[in-house]
Amino acid sequence: MATKSLRDISLDGLWHNNPALVQLLGLCPLLAVTGSVVNALGLGLATMMVLVGSNFSVSLIRNHVPDAVRLPAFVMIIASFTTVAELVMQAFTYELYEVLGIFIPLIVTNCAILGRADAFACKNPIIPSVVDGFTMALGFTIVLIILGAMREILGQGVIFSDMQLLFGPAAASWKIELVKDYPDFLFAILPPGAFMAMGLLIALKNIIDDKLKEKAEAQKAPVEAGSKRVRVTGKIS
Amino acid sequence: MGLLTLSSPHTHGPNSTSKVMATVILATLPGLAVITALFGWGTFINVLLASATAVASEAAILSIRKRPLAFFLKDNTALLTGVLIGLALPPFAPFWITLVATAFAIVFAKQLYGGMGNNPFNPAMVGYALVLVSFPVQMTTSWALSTQMSGQATLGFADTLQVIFAGSASLADGFSGATPLDAYKHLIAKGTADSVLAEATFNGWLNGGWEWVNLAFLAGGLVLIWRRIISWHIPLAMLVSLSLCSLMLGWDEDMYTPLSLHLLSGATMLGAFFIATDPVSASTTPRGKLIYGAGIGILLYVIRTWGAYPDAVAFAVLLMNFAAPFIDAYTQPRTYGHAKAKRGLPPKQR
Repeated sequence: MATKSLRDISLDGLWHNNPALVQLLGLCPLLAVTGSVVNALGLGLATMMVLVGSNFSVSLIRNHVPDAVRLPAFVMIIASFTTVAELVMQAFTYELYEVLGIFIPLIVTNCAILGRADAFACKNPIIPSVVDGFTMALGFTIVLIILGAMREILGQGVIFSDMQLLFGPAAASWKIELVKDYPDFLFAILPPGAFMAMGLLIALKNIIDDKLKEKAEAQKAPVEAGSKRVRVTGKIS
Repeated sequence: MGLLTLSSPHTHGPNSTSKVMATVILATLPGLAVITALFGWGTFINVLLASATAVASEAAILSIRKRPLAFFLKDNTALLTGVLIGLALPPFAPFWITLVATAFAIVFAKQLYGGMGNNPFNPAMVGYALVLVSFPVQMTTSWALSTQMSGQATLGFADTLQVIFAGSASLADGFSGATPLDAYKHLIAKGTADSVLAEATFNGWLNGGWEWVNLAFLAGGLVLIWRRIISWHIPLAMLVSLSLCSLMLGWDEDMYTPLSLHLLSGATMLGAFFIATDPVSASTTPRGKLIYGAGIGILLYVIRTWGAYPDAVAFAVLLMNFAAPFIDAYTQPRTYGHAKAKRGLPPKQR
């Protein structure tokens, strides 16, 4: 495991093993709160705080916790960081905290976080673990924001509304009305729209992956003329 | 003389998908004609708009999927989906509702599942349910009143076009309103059958023109059964179970919508003969069809009576679409020569 470079870890978190698009973890908050960009960003940042903190702490104690009780220990750590995130949000972005409601405490149950603690942080030193936590959370947040933007545009015909909840009163003017007199498209605002947008994003990622694969295949060195064919019949034991 | 010897069977079915779908579309025409005569040009325009959108979106998504265009377009399934959506939507629905419903039906409900024959849900009803859930205001207030109910002639073709494309602000009062099915449910909560009928919405006439529409669709549906395009199982089971529910649970017309309104109003007949019988998403075994149809009838009654939506054909059909593969698995008929029917899931999938 230790052979993985930081670059590979980052690429994994952002793309190849993206928690939202590939592992499909943490779908409940992902689908529930991505009604707008600001909600998505708020939840993404809170998740990032918890994930980086939990990966750091788990990696720190990885040699001192017996295997049998590791999961309860990890959950305790994650719960503590979630409480911290919750209190921070209450202190600085109280209105957003009210909007996100139950989904902030529910970060504890986000499988992506426990998954990273158990699959990565408890087997790796501190720096790779923190990088892993940060990039995984970043990948998660980016998907959240894209989903939020899609649903905000489709659902209400605006984007970046209510940004003052997160960035202070100056951000109230960031709202862009894309279509005048847009009739609210309830389907995009309700959870089914999130499922559908999520499906489209996953499909898009798979298309891009396929294209990349094709490109890589095409770049492989062509077979030299005169080289011998390998017999492919029969089993190679 | 060289006689060509072929093995049996010597007769062949003249029906192709294309012809079957064309016949179904033709069978909806009496209903469309009656709607146009009683309620004005709105539905006619919607049908044209939806059909064009359906064919256009089918062509677009087929070319994205790199499938042969002409082969799939001439099977008429997209056209039928468009016609059904056009018939189902309220006559004065804004044009973009028709576009969204049809494009969603073809692209998401049909082609993303793999195209013709692979969709688990009835595409037309998916499109309809989407706009019904998304735009409740436009979908409940855009219904036209029949000439007899509003007491005035229906809107002309040009005026209707203007309403559909420019918005209902240009619509004079008294042309649109709730459907009888919707109005009865809400008014009966505060009155008796007689007092409801005396209300301005009904003008003493229970079905308000919808009975002729439904009878026309019934006639079209009987033609389909006569031509052996659909079997009698689904429509009969659906209508019988709806009637039984209505007679047993809602016999008191001072409290619940009466049976005549259930059978001859809203989309009952269109649903029973044209929508529930979709060969792809419906149950396929004879016994399964009876269960499937009966399920739609029961759900139709339940959602109409206790639900919040004015009509329930779309939801009832979609919910039973979910159940159709399961019903099929447990209602397999006995194969000739075998002692017992193979019912249930095959052992591997258990």
